Amino acid sequence: MTMPLLEIDNLHVCFDTRAGTVQALRGVSLSVAPGETLGIVGESGSGKSVTAQAVMGLIDVPGRISGGEILWQGQPLAGVDVTRAARGIWGREITMIFQNPMTSLNPLMTIGAQIAEVVELHMGFDRRAARQRAAELLSAVGIAGAERRLGQYPHEFSGGMRQRVMIAMGIACEPKLLIADEPTTALDVTIQAQILELLAELQEKMGLAIVLITHDLGIVAGLCHRVAVMYAGQIVETGPVDAIFENPSHPYTQGLIRSTPGLDADEERLTAIDGAPPGLLRPPSGCAFLPRCPIGDEGCRAPQRLRAVGSGTVACRKAGEQAWREAV
Amino acid sequence: MLEFIVRRLFQGILVVFGVTATVFVVTRLVGDPVALMLPLSATEAQRAAFAQQIGLDQPIVTQFLRFVGDIATLDFGNSLWQRRPAIEVVFERLPNTLLLIAAGLGAAVMLSIPLGAVSALRPGGLVDRLTMSVGLLGLAMPQFWLGLVAIVIFAVTLKWLPTSGMGTAAHLVLPALTLSLTPLARFTMMVRASMIDELNKPYVKTARAKGLGLTRILRVHTLRNILVPFLSISGWELISTLSGYTVVVETVFAWPGLGLTAVQAIQRGDLFLMQAIVFVIAFLIVLIGIVLDILSKAVDPRMELN
Repeated sequence: MTMPLLEIDNLHVCFDTRAGTVQALRGVSLSVAPGETLGIVGESGSGKSVTAQAVMGLIDVPGRISGGEILWQGQPLAGVDVTRAARGIWGREITMIFQNPMTSLNPLMTIGAQIAEVVELHMGFDRRAARQRAAELLSAVGIAGAERRLGQYPHEFSGGMRQRVMIAMGIACEPKLLIADEPTTALDVTIQAQILELLAELQEKMGLAIVLITHDLGIVAGLCHRVAVMYAGQIVETGPVDAIFENPSHPYTQGLIRSTPGLDADEERLTAIDGAPPGLLRPPSGCAFLPRCPIGDEGCRAPQRLRAVGSGTVACRKAGEQAWREAV
Repeated sequence: MLEFIVRRLFQGILVVFGVTATVFVVTRLVGDPVALMLPLSATEAQRAAFAQQIGLDQPIVTQFLRFVGDIATLDFGNSLWQRRPAIEVVFERLPNTLLLIAAGLGAAVMLSIPLGAVSALRPGGLVDRLTMSVGLLGLAMPQFWLGLVAIVIFAVTLKWLPTSGMGTAAHLVLPALTLSLTPLARFTMMVRASMIDELNKPYVKTARAKGLGLTRILRVHTLRNILVPFLSISGWELISTLSGYTVVVETVFAWPGLGLTAVQAIQRGDLFLMQAIVFVIAFLIVLIGIVLDILSKAVDPRMELN
């Protein structure tokens, strides 16, 4: 097996608030191989975005990385002393695009200047060469009339076009890994499809690895090779996308798939998972899903670790049992 | 853009005309300018002659038309005190005031941006608390008092700088510093507040994810966004300085500018000089407004000009 590009090992992130310490990530471990697409799914507050921000060095006070390691091609990426060195990695080898393209671009800088500054910084291009490169990138992400568009400001672009601009900045230095944090959530459905298609196309052309963070299982099914399911700051299940969808092992994953429309043609009505995720101020030491789990029992109050089951890993002692009455 | 400038100039002319009319009403129709300008010992005959000389014997409409016509040719009459055209006095003193404002407000702008930015990086930190305390003090202290204290400390006790008047560069230091403190405090607080806002905006996360250093993010990304509110607040401060602060500071330091001249004109009942000063300042304020609008548009392309 080749060396993974990105390896996260037992990562803990917490936020110090007035009410106490919120444990946003509680021991997340995952790895991304060159050229693969990893989907990270989970509901709001499960820690998907925090994981991505930790990788990009974007965790700010009151948040902090309180434990664990992030390795980029074997080299540590987190911690104060390496932050300087990591500058050459962020924006160059690992790039990120964000959820809301309407606010993620500087409103008072031209699109051209915003793309060019990455190439100037990381590839040492002079101004003219950087502008040339910016025009090529705009064409590459499917924006017509690139030369004219370079001099325009973000407010002259639609939401979908702005996300294309973000992607152009993301691929500007031919990175090895692109992290997309809910890249289509703020866009309407037809535009979503176009953006996802663009990502898939770029990945194929550039051999780019992608981490796709989303709560939309449909997107995961269409684009990802592997999936990691997060719940309450932990990864509860990982595996190849087919295995996860056809044979989910964790009761939460089963519930998630069961509550997703459109994947199962003969279903009559959607069913939700009752209850809500636990607060992370005082998370339970055992399985966090226990209060909502139909098959959980006293034994689940002990900490659950990820273990290999089939082609993936699951953090559930009852892995593989059918949690919900009807077939998934 | 051109259409906007023309429209704003036209509006400006209307405002200046309004000011002119107000000056006319205040000086000619409210109270008796003859009684104001001539000494109490003047005889009836002298009063009548003076009234005729400045045209007060004419019907009011004729007086107003002549007044407007004179102003259009920059003829404000002779200063009674200086015995030469009032506008000449104004143009002689105006550069001194502009020099004082350039030094004072220039210092305030230069210092407030780094101070505000450093405070914003760690809200509640030592630098921030220190800057805010001094800033509050700066806003709370009246300039006439501040100026006197500065004279006592730096001119009288330490003998580092001259007490008053104009001449060398050293003469400029105390009045400019006194003038700058209030705007400096206001600018710094504004830069700090907007910088905190901007640093929390998503585009800053994007910039960080691009691998840009903090200096570049501040200098290139957030500063540009702060410039828009900064321009408008500095316009207000410039107007307050031109029409208020300089009167106080120039009087305290005997700085021979327009503000001091205004005080002297009022003391001497020199109506014509007063008119000329008010008119020129009103004109400058209108001009500042137009220039600010154009600058804001240049910084923020989203702004609608109307």
